[in-house]
Amino acid sequence: MPAAMIRELAESIRETLETLGSYALFAARLARETPRALWRFGLVVEQVHNAGALSLVITMLSGLFVGMVLGLQGFDLLQRFGSEDSLGSVTALSLLKELGPVVTALLFAGRAGTALASELGLMRATDQLAAMEVMAVDPVRRVVMPRFLGGVISMPLLAAIFSMIGVYGAQLIGVQLMGVDSGQFWSQMRGAVEFDDVMEGVLKSVVFGVACSLVAVYEGYHSVPTAEGVGRATTRTVVISSVSVLLLDYMLTAVML
Amino acid sequence: MNSEVRRETGVIVRVRDLHYAAGRRVIFSGIDLDFPRGAVTAVMGPSGSGKTTLLRLITGQLRASRGLIEVEGKDVSELSRSGIYRMRRRMGMLFQNSALLTDLDVYENIAFPIREHTKMPERLVRHVVLTKLQAVGLRGAARLMPAELSGGMARRVALARAIVMDPALLIYDEPFVGLDPISMGVVLRLIRRLNDTLSLTSIVVSHDVREIAAVADCCHLLSGGQIIASGPPAAVSQSSQEDVRQFMHGLPDGPVPFHYPAPEYADQIRQVR
Repeated sequence: MPAAMIRELAESIRETLETLGSYALFAARLARETPRALWRFGLVVEQVHNAGALSLVITMLSGLFVGMVLGLQGFDLLQRFGSEDSLGSVTALSLLKELGPVVTALLFAGRAGTALASELGLMRATDQLAAMEVMAVDPVRRVVMPRFLGGVISMPLLAAIFSMIGVYGAQLIGVQLMGVDSGQFWSQMRGAVEFDDVMEGVLKSVVFGVACSLVAVYEGYHSVPTAEGVGRATTRTVVISSVSVLLLDYMLTAVML
Repeated sequence: MNSEVRRETGVIVRVRDLHYAAGRRVIFSGIDLDFPRGAVTAVMGPSGSGKTTLLRLITGQLRASRGLIEVEGKDVSELSRSGIYRMRRRMGMLFQNSALLTDLDVYENIAFPIREHTKMPERLVRHVVLTKLQAVGLRGAARLMPAELSGGMARRVALARAIVMDPALLIYDEPFVGLDPISMGVVLRLIRRLNDTLSLTSIVVSHDVREIAAVADCCHLLSGGQIIASGPPAAVSQSSQEDVRQFMHGLPDGPVPFHYPAPEYADQIRQVR
């Protein structure tokens, strides 16, 4: 019995390492293809529209509500210490450094990531990728690269919009509803937020953008060409992206503190 | 010497001692095939006999375990990735499910290979696309999306896309599957007409015996990893060989058994689980 368990464990470790290796090779291929893909920027712009513009509404709505919740919770907490005037700086720092990049990445994985994975999976299942191969058109260059770059470009932009709307939401609750002084709200924010804080958020959102887009295109491109295979690729995209984002967030925060 | 030269010019695809296995399952165990230039050659065989695999080996999508596949005198297994892509530019392929790009309309689907491989001015692209659409009778459907096409129309659009780069070799993978009799007749006529008017070589993989007999100059019959018959369709269908007869006349039982291998029926019925 223990021998069977050890064998199973060894097999699952081998499979995990194999998948990680395959991810690394695929990522290296995408990095190599990036300069060439940027020459056909029209294709990338199309994908920025698909991954970014079409995720705008969900990102803005979520940003607004997250900001409003931060406004409520922050006000309640700060009021206990008599420092409700700091609400602006607390919400802005929370959104810029953490919530903006992380929540946007999770939303991105759920909306754009699944769309990318299922689109590529269906293209494989319906022989569209094989047809390109036979037409001497490299599907990684023509289909995968624009989608990957579209995601990488969209993510930081969406995170920035999320944080901006979030701050507006917090202001709406804190200033308009709870009566925090508007001047204090904005001036405390300006005083507390430094350039490094903004850059931390930008760096995180770029890293999350690369991670989520890589997972989505990898899973879609390598999906089993059946209905079940495409479904599984879509699920794996959400699960792997979400866990990766949270893991990377911890690592980046630990490094940048 | 002379026969060697004749063979070089007369055969576009040459297969020698081809072995291929998918995992443990042996698909081909040493087959030899010639596809003469300018002819319509059919590859037939029961489902699972490796017809589509053979096409994938010829187009370089799969690598043979052993043996030689030569396309226009070049050994496919020795070509680099870019070499395979160069070879494929001389080929067109019609997929079983048409494989049209679903986010592009009919016009853009046909223009796709031109736009990817050339810097042709738009006016010329339009001219070429409309010419090919006219050849398959779908000039009026240029702005329809793939989802708006019937199965037969989609197959014809895919055919127009396959010939848009003026290939030397056109490969059809099960071109008649799922077509109504009218669409089937249209596709049949197109295969013959395009082959003759564009001086192509066509390889048609199918198990539709009657349709193939009407269009092919010669056919090869695949079964059990071997070529069991070759020659003009009429001659092959009159073969007295048992396995050839079973396939050509659609007999339900014979060398290819009706039953999938299983334990004794009575024993299995008697078992509790």
